[in-house]
Amino acid sequence: MNLTLQVWRQPASAANGRFVTYQVRDVSPDMSFLEMLDVLNQQLILAGDEPIAFDHDCREGICGSCGMVIDGIAHGGQRATTACQLHMRHFKDGDQLTLEPWRASAFPIVKDLVVDRGAFDRIIQAGGYVSVSTGGVPDANAIPVPKESADRAMDAAACIGCGACVAACPNASAMLFTGAKVAHLGVLPQGQVERSRRVLAMVAQMDEEGFGGCTNIGECAAVCPKEIKLDVIAQLNRDLLRASLR
Amino acid sequence: MAAAAIALYRSSIGKKAVMAITGIIGYGFVIMHMVGNLKMFEGRDGFNHYAEFLRTVGEPAVPERTLLWIIRIVLLVAVTAHVTAAIQLTRQGVAGRPTGYRVKRRVQANFASLTLRWGGLALVLFLIYHLAHFTFGVAHHDFVRADPYHNVVSAFSNPAIVGVYLIAVAALAMHLFHGVWSMFQTLGLNRPSTDRLWRGLAVISALGLFAGFATVPLSVLGGLIR
Ligand code: HEM
Ligand code: SF4
Ligand code: FES
Repeated sequence: MNLTLQVWRQPASAANGRFVTYQVRDVSPDMSFLEMLDVLNQQLILAGDEPIAFDHDCREGICGSCGMVIDGIAHGGQRATTACQLHMRHFKDGDQLTLEPWRASAFPIVKDLVVDRGAFDRIIQAGGYVSVSTGGVPDANAIPVPKESADRAMDAAACIGCGACVAACPNASAMLFTGAKVAHLGVLPQGQVERSRRVLAMVAQMDEEGFGGCTNIGECAAVCPKEIKLDVIAQLNRDLLRASLR
Repeated sequence: MAAAAIALYRSSIGKKAVMAITGIIGYGFVIMHMVGNLKMFEGRDGFNHYAEFLRTVGEPAVPERTLLWIIRIVLLVAVTAHVTAAIQLTRQGVAGRPTGYRVKRRVQANFASLTLRWGGLALVLFLIYHLAHFTFGVAHHDFVRADPYHNVVSAFSNPAIVGVYLIAVAALAMHLFHGVWSMFQTLGLNRPSTDRLWRGLAVISALGLFAGFATVPLSVLGGLIR
C-alpha cells in the first residue's frame, strides 16, 4: 500500500517546527508502524535528507520508549497497543496520516517526534520506590500478600511509563501514570511504611513538573497501551487526601 | 490542621477536592430547589406559604430569615470557592499544553465531560441573571415583592424567558451528568465495584433535575399553572 504522511519536523528543542509531507510506497501490511517509518527513513537517508527522529527500544510493547500521536490518537487507533506493536494491516492504501509528538509543557520536544519524559523519572525519584533492608534473600511468602492485592498491584505495575496518558489528556495531566505508580506500591504490605510520604512527594513533583489537573475525562485510560484503569486515579486521590489530613 | 489544609489546596488534587465538596453542596441545593419549585402546583397560597416558611422558619427561637441567610452565605462561599478553583485548574490545564495538536480525535470522552468549563461559565451567567430576575426583581418586568407566585407566572408567560431557563437547566444537567460521578472519583470514594452506581446516579440526577426544573416554566407557558 502507499501512504501519505504529514510529519512534525523540528530540528531541536529551541527551533521552530513544521509539518512536512512524505509519500511512502509499497508498505507491507506485515510491517509494524515503526518499520514503516524505518523504510521512509531509509528513503530519506538515500536522498540525502535528515531521517525522522522517533523513540524506540524493545519494539515488543514492553519498554515504553515509543509513542507518537497517529492521526489524533496516542499510539494510534488500536486499543491496548503501543506504536511499535501497531501493524500496517490496520491501514489501507491511500491513507493520509498525521504524526505528531506528545504535546505537553512537561515533555519538551527533543527532536521531531522525540520528547523528553524526564518529568516521569523525577516523579518516580520523588517516591516511587520502597526502601528495603539489604541482606540475605528473604524467604518466599515471608510476607503474606492477599491475592486481591497482588492482582491489583500487578495490574497497576503494568504501566510502562510511555506518556500516552499525558498526550491524550485535554489537560496534559499525569494522574494516570502517577496513580498507577502509587497504587502499585500502595496496595502491597511492603509499600505501607512510606505510603503517606510517597503520595505527598509524588503528587508535589507531578504538579511541580507542570502537568495539568485531572477532570476525570478518561481519555488517558482509553489510550493506555497497558489498559491502566481510572480506579488508580481514585486511589491516588484517596491516598493523597488521607495523607494530607492525617 | 490549617497548615495541612493550605498545603493540600496547593496541589491540583486539593483544588479538585474543594470543587467536589462545593459541588456536593450545590448538588444538594439544586435538588431542594427543584423540589421547592414544584410547590407551584399547589397554587398561589401553597407556593407563597412555602416562601414565607423559608423566611420565618425557626421563629421565634431565631430571628426572621436566619435560615435563609445561612443558606445564602453557605452557597455564596461554595460558589466562590468552586469558581476560584475552577479558574485555577483551568489555567493549570491550559499551561500544561501550550501547543495543541493539529489532529486530535477523542476516544471515549463525551460532550458533558469536555464542556464542563463552558457549562460552568454558562451557569455563572445564568446565576447572575436568575438572582436579578426572581430575587432582586431588577430584571423582572412586573416584580411584586411579597408575591413570588405572581412573579413566576408573569415571567414564564414569555416564551423567550422560558427558553433561557430551559437552556440553563440543560447546562446544569450536562454539568452534573459528568460532575456527580466525577466528585466521587475526586474524593477517592469510587472503586471498581461502585463505578456503575455513581455513573447511574449521575445520569438519573441529570435527567431528574432537568425534568423537574423544566416542568414549572413549561406548565406556565402551557397554561397549566396560571
Ligand atoms: C449549580 C451550580 C453548580 C453545581 C451544582 C456544580 C457541581 C459540580 C460538580 C459536582 C462537579 C464535579 C466536581 C469533581 O469533579 O470533583 C463540578 C465540576 C466543575 N465545575 Fe461545577 N457546579 C456548579 C456551578 C459551576 C460554576 C458556576 C462553574 C463556573 C466556573 C463551574 C465549573 C466547574 C468546573 C470547571 C468543573 C470541573 C473541575 C475539574 O474537574 O477540574 N461549576 N461542578
Ligand atoms: S498509565 Fe498507560 S499511558 Fe500512561 S504512562 Fe503508563 S502505560 Fe503509558
Ligand atoms: S519500543 Fe518498547 S514499547 Fe514500543
